[in-house]
Amino acid sequence: MEYMIRFTQVHETFRLAEIHALAVLENMNLEILSYSPTSPFCFIKVPSEEAAIRLVRRSILAKSIYEVWGKGENYVEVHANVHNISSHLWPLYKDASFKFSFDAFQGSRTVTEQRKLIEGFHFLGFEGPIKMKGAEQDFCICEDWKFDAVGLGVLEPESIYLGRYLGGSERDIVGKYDLKKRKYICTTSMDAELALITANITLAAPGKLFYDPFVGSGSFPVAAAHFGALAFGSDIDGRSIRGKGKSNLLANFVQYGLTNQFGDSFVADLTNTPLRTARIFDGIVCDPPYGVREGLKVLGSRDSTKGKEVVFRDGKAHHEEDSYIPPKRPYSFLAMLDDILEFASISLVDHGRLSFWMPTANDQDQEIKIPQHPCLQITRSRRLITYRRIPDAEVVAGDARTERARENGVNADDLNPFRKGYFKGFKPILR
Amino acid sequence: MKVLTLNFLTCAVKACKSTSTSFPLHPKDCELVSDTIEPNALLILNILPRIDWNALITTASELGFPTLPALPPTRDELESNEKMMSELHTLLLETQISEGSLVCGNCGHEYKIKEGIANFLLPNHLV
Repeated sequence: MEYMIRFTQVHETFRLAEIHALAVLENMNLEILSYSPTSPFCFIKVPSEEAAIRLVRRSILAKSIYEVWGKGENYVEVHANVHNISSHLWPLYKDASFKFSFDAFQGSRTVTEQRKLIEGFHFLGFEGPIKMKGAEQDFCICEDWKFDAVGLGVLEPESIYLGRYLGGSERDIVGKYDLKKRKYICTTSMDAELALITANITLAAPGKLFYDPFVGSGSFPVAAAHFGALAFGSDIDGRSIRGKGKSNLLANFVQYGLTNQFGDSFVADLTNTPLRTARIFDGIVCDPPYGVREGLKVLGSRDSTKGKEVVFRDGKAHHEEDSYIPPKRPYSFLAMLDDILEFASISLVDHGRLSFWMPTANDQDQEIKIPQHPCLQITRSRRLITYRRIPDAEVVAGDARTERARENGVNADDLNPFRKGYFKGFKPILR
Repeated sequence: MKVLTLNFLTCAVKACKSTSTSFPLHPKDCELVSDTIEPNALLILNILPRIDWNALITTASELGFPTLPALPPTRDELESNEKMMSELHTLLLETQISEGSLVCGNCGHEYKIKEGIANFLLPNHLV
């Protein structure tokens, strides 16, 4: 059977990625029959009505899903198509209470027009009561109008669909997690909607363990926890985890009633991680420091020959004092990406996913080559990069890992071409 | 810090990671607190294969918990044994170290835990 997803017209490039991920999560066959980035209406094939409802129920970018009753380029065509493909369904809903709604994308119809168009479907022969609230069946007339139809003087939509509403999505929770209403945020907190989408694409779900090595104020763990995963996070900057007083990372979990889903947070550097070498996590989600807003630093000293001895002050080992702050040195963003991949390959369970955000200066150019690892299969690339940890048996032997040469520079600009480009307005140095 | 997390952590010093004495880290002068967390059987079943059982036995006895069986339960055993499920839930997820430190059995370095947050940043001479 054919179903229609009604997407939102935002973050278009993530819509299919999210739906494909949800199909993997729900373990169902999904076939995309037609999709366009410029239209919110997407036609798909899934095994059953029940599967269709499950597919979108936790989507952030889909709004709802419909059973397709007919489509066409004008109402004559739609009426004919409804006769052809769905007349066997009409008797099922003959006595049910129902309502019709109207969804004109990029277009508008007056209430009188809407009413006339709805009445055009009187041939369906519904005899049940009309209820605008709490109807058993909700039918929707969807119109897809050309962009700027009014300006261009276009009078009719490009396509028209009739659908029976099956179920909604989790779209509404985006407002609940809005950063403006969150107790504790920091300068690098991830937009709530994007964090939730990332959690979906990385397959966060009940019973799974998720980890964010650059946790900050916990945007990703909160999103993973929302979908039921047990969320862990660490950061080299303990201040972001501890916060101030009652406003800290844990407070966000408390605010959203997710404390059952809070794994742990600790202070650690990914290049000197305390996590043991074992396949522990189902998902790793992060937004690595690009070194533009926050310096990209790791443990160590700028001068690698220094600081190899324990420092004693007044007979006390300095590093054992509470006031001790370990020295940090700038680090290469590209080397950090390699480190993330290596860490993911040893820490993810089979088919576990790694997602991270890549910096881009604008939509057209991807300045940084996507890092690769033989154990990690790229499932999505462009801005949000997602990999799947393939089982060892599937890893192509001898496919040596091409690691980027470690930059030898000392200051932040030498180590980080993105930072350098960013502050120089992306003149052609990177390409 | 949860006992579960402790089972995932070892010494951050690279030279220690490959030694058998660096894991598990040994709690020292630890204050324990217990949180109430909703039972989650699915989570415990999924966690089970990722737990290093011998390390968990060591940690449990060091924290003064009753001795765990020498071998981990199988998935089926755990599913049918409500008591064990609830005990593991209490130990792994509800028990938290709020203050104290974790000591590496190899290099002796102490990682402090404050307000439940452990600090694994290394001093310069150990990086």
